[in-house]
Amino acid sequence: MLNPAEDNDAGSPPARRRRPQPPRALSAVGFRTLLSKEVLRFWKVSFQTVAAPVLTGVLYLLVFGHVLEDRVEVFPGVGYTAFLIPGLVMMSLLQNAFANSSSSLIQSKITGNLVFVLLPPISNREFFAAYVAAAVIRGVVVGVGVFAVTVWFAPPPFRAPGWILVFALLGAALLGVLGLIAGIVSEKFDQLAAFQNFVIMPATFLSGVFYSVHGLPAFWQFVSHLNPFFYMIDGFRYGFFAVSDASPWLSLAIVMAALAAASAVALSMLARGYKIRY
Amino acid sequence: MSDIAAIEVTGLVKRYPRVAALDGVSLRVEQGEFFGLLGPNGAGKTTLISIVAGLARASAGRALVMGHDVVADYREARRRIGVVPQELVFDPFFTVRETLRFQSGYFGLRRNDEWIDEVMAHLDLTAKADANMRTLSGGMKRRVLVAQALVHRPPVIVLDEPTAGVDVELRQGLWSFIRRLNREGHTIVLTTHYLEEAQQLCGRIGMLKGGRLIALDRTQALLQRLADVQVRLRLRGELPAALRERAVEQGDGRVRVRVAAAAEVESVLAACRTAGATIEEVEVGHADLEDVFMQLMAGDQRKIAA
Repeated sequence: MLNPAEDNDAGSPPARRRRPQPPRALSAVGFRTLLSKEVLRFWKVSFQTVAAPVLTGVLYLLVFGHVLEDRVEVFPGVGYTAFLIPGLVMMSLLQNAFANSSSSLIQSKITGNLVFVLLPPISNREFFAAYVAAAVIRGVVVGVGVFAVTVWFAPPPFRAPGWILVFALLGAALLGVLGLIAGIVSEKFDQLAAFQNFVIMPATFLSGVFYSVHGLPAFWQFVSHLNPFFYMIDGFRYGFFAVSDASPWLSLAIVMAALAAASAVALSMLARGYKIRY
Repeated sequence: MSDIAAIEVTGLVKRYPRVAALDGVSLRVEQGEFFGLLGPNGAGKTTLISIVAGLARASAGRALVMGHDVVADYREARRRIGVVPQELVFDPFFTVRETLRFQSGYFGLRRNDEWIDEVMAHLDLTAKADANMRTLSGGMKRRVLVAQALVHRPPVIVLDEPTAGVDVELRQGLWSFIRRLNREGHTIVLTTHYLEEAQQLCGRIGMLKGGRLIALDRTQALLQRLADVQVRLRLRGELPAALRERAVEQGDGRVRVRVAAAAEVESVLAACRTAGATIEEVEVGHADLEDVFMQLMAGDQRKIAA
C-alpha cells in the first residue's frame, strides 16, 4: 500500500507517481481459467482427441461383437454385445482421461510453456483440480460418444443409472490423477508412452472389458481382483444390468480408496515441487 | 523511499545435486529501480530469478516480493511480479488474444480485455491478436511473452535476457516501452548479456559469479571505480613488456592499455614506437561496463573494490 503520508510530506522530493498496484483478484478464477484452457486444448483438436477414440470403440464392438455374439453369454439373459458396450465405454473413458492430463502436462513441460501456469498465484490444489476435472470432462465426452454410436447395436437396460454416473466420474477422476502423476514423473514422451503401454493398457484390457472374470481360471480371477480397473468397469456395468462380478459397494470402496491414494501421491508431488518447481 | 523493497533476498542458497547454483546471495531491489543483474552463463542469474518468481525452491534463505514471502505468501508475492522468461516458450494451441486472456485468468482477472488491448497496442501486437502463436516470428513471440508478463499489471517486472536473438528495431521498441513502465513506477529487474544495454538502462547493477554476488553498486559508481583512461590500440609488432601488466590483449593486434591520466597516453605511444611496433589505429576513451565486467570476472576484485 502507498503510505498516504508520503504524498503529503512537503519536505520529500516530488511525489513519485502512484505505484502500480495489481488489481484485485479471485483465486477461483485461476482454477476456472486453467480448467477451461485444458478443455479448450483438447476440444481444439477434437478430431484426434474425441472422434478417434470413438471410432476405435466402434471397431472393437464390430469385431468382437460380431464374432462372439452367438457364442458367449456372460450374464443370464444379457447378450455379448450388450455386455460389451458398457465395457468399451468405460475403457475409452478411462484411457482418454489418462491421456488428457498426462499428455497436456508433458507437452507443457517439454515445450516449456508450463511456466505460464507456474508463475501465477494458482495453488497446488487448484492446479490438481483443474487438470483432473479436464481429464474427467474429456473421459466423459469420449465415453458418451462411444455409447452414442454403439448403443444402437444392442441397447442395454439402465437398471441402476446412479451407479453408472458414480463410476464414470470416479473412474475418470482416478485416471486423470494417474495421468497427472505420469505427466509429472515423465521427462520424455517415450517414458510416458511406456507408462501408457505397459501399465494403463494392460490394466484396462485385463479388467473384464471383453469378458466376465468369472469365466477365468481361479488364479487369474484372483489377479483380476487385485486390479482396481476391474472394479471400475464391473461397477459401471452394474449400473446397466444390476448384475456384476463384485458387489458395487465393494467396487465403490476400492475405487474411492485408489482415488484417495493416487490423489495423495499427486498432491504431495506438487507440494514438494517434484520435477516441476525444482 | 518506501521501507518495503520490491525484491529482497536474504542468504539465498540453491544446491543442485552436483553444483551450488547460488551460494548465499543477499540483495535488495528498491521500488521504482531499474536494476541489472549481470554475470556469465551459469552464474546463477536465472536461478535467482526463478526462486523469486516461485519457479524454483531455495535450499536455504528467503525471498520477498513487495514484502511477501515467495513461499509462505506465494499468492500475494506472485500477483506482484511479472516475469518474462528467457526461453521463447508459447502454447501452440492458442491465438495471441487467447494466450493473454488465459494468462489474465490465471491471475484471477476475468474482465481484462481493455488492458490486454492496451498492452497489445503498445507492443505492436494488435494486428496479430487473432493469429495462432505458432505462426508468429521469433520477435513477435518475444513480444507476447512480454505482454503475458504484464497482463496482471505487476509492480515488479523481471526480464530474463529479453533481447537475446531480437533484432535491433524490436530491441529499441522494447526498451522504450520498458523505460516508460519504469517511469510510471514499475520496478524493473533485467538480466542481459548486452552490457551496453545494462550500462544505458540500469541505475544499479549486481554482478553474479559462481553463485555469489561479487559487485553491487550504482552503475555510475561501478564505472568510476575504473576511472582510468583507456588507450585502445591496434599494433603490428610486439607489445612492449613494460605495458603488458596494464594491458588486455584482445587478439588480432588489438590491445587495451589502462593509464591513470590522459597525459600518460603519449608515453604509451612512445613505448610502442621504441619497441618497434607500428601503431595502426589508436583510440582513447573511458572504461565501460564491459571493462568492469571483464575485470570482475577475471577475479581482479581488489582493483574494483571501493
